[in-house]
Amino acid sequence: MSPASHRDESPDRLYTLTGGRTRSAPDAPFDLVTLVVAESDPAPGMQSEHAAILRLCRRPTAVVEVAAELALPVGIVRILLADLLGTGRISARHPRTSGPADPSGSYSLPDPDILEQVLVGLRNL
Amino acid sequence: MDSAISERTPLTSTADNGLKIVIVGGFGVGKTTLVRSVSEIRPLNTEETMTRAGEAVDDVAQVHTKTSTTVAFDFGRITLDAHNVLYLFGAPGQERFWFLWDRLFAGTLGAVVLVDTRRLADSWYAIDRLEHHGMPFIVACNDFGGPAHTEQEIREALDLADHVPLVECDARDRSSSKYVLITLVTHLQRLHALRETRT
Repeated sequence: MSPASHRDESPDRLYTLTGGRTRSAPDAPFDLVTLVVAESDPAPGMQSEHAAILRLCRRPTAVVEVAAELALPVGIVRILLADLLGTGRISARHPRTSGPADPSGSYSLPDPDILEQVLVGLRNL
Repeated sequence: MDSAISERTPLTSTADNGLKIVIVGGFGVGKTTLVRSVSEIRPLNTEETMTRAGEAVDDVAQVHTKTSTTVAFDFGRITLDAHNVLYLFGAPGQERFWFLWDRLFAGTLGAVVLVDTRRLADSWYAIDRLEHHGMPFIVACNDFGGPAHTEQEIREALDLADHVPLVECDARDRSSSKYVLITLVTHLQRLHALRETRT
């Protein structure tokens, strides 16, 4: 299976991958940059996309990297990841960027300690 | 698929905090070039699709039309330290992209609007939307060797507020792209300091 194998598939085919679901559970908010770590090896008989994710995520791998490597839309990958999280096969390291989440969903400035770490990291490049 | 996986450069096992910066700009302005020049991985491409109910309703058939919005974007990665990993997203500035902004780019540190000074009008919409979302940004002019404009001319053409940093860059050059990102982060620090003095 090539990485681009899902690119030209119809949406119908994509939704069969997720059992018809188009949204992941609201209690599993996978950000684009949530780092996913496999907690187990692929098991025989597992859905091939789930197995591929477990192989990819032996080291921390961002949701967006999983989507790119599997050539699947991010939304589909979020659903697949929620399945794996629900069964304890992966763990998720969610981003810590800002202070308390703003309930209105509007922008809040990043934590100053994080900004300093970003600056140091960039200067060391 | 396995061959693609084996080409990957994995993160260290201690990596636990993903961060986002978005590079917004029109087609051909050099977003992916900038991402590539500082990224530790070859830029990857992915997409997000959103289906939303259309406004048009056919009264006779009671059929609700649905429209599907697909946005493709490139990204690269910079490992900052043992814990922090910065992801750079090159995103198109066109209208449909902004429907997905909150879903994809909530929690973004800030944005860089990459502009081609020969096509300044291409950036108006992106700047307007960033202001609308309250997302801090800087403007970086990618040098395509066109006629030189003064900073004042560019600021006026973009209707750019005085406090928004404006820098020139060569997106092909690693140190120049790095400087663009540093300018954004120092701008965010300045905004933080301003807010602290106000409260």
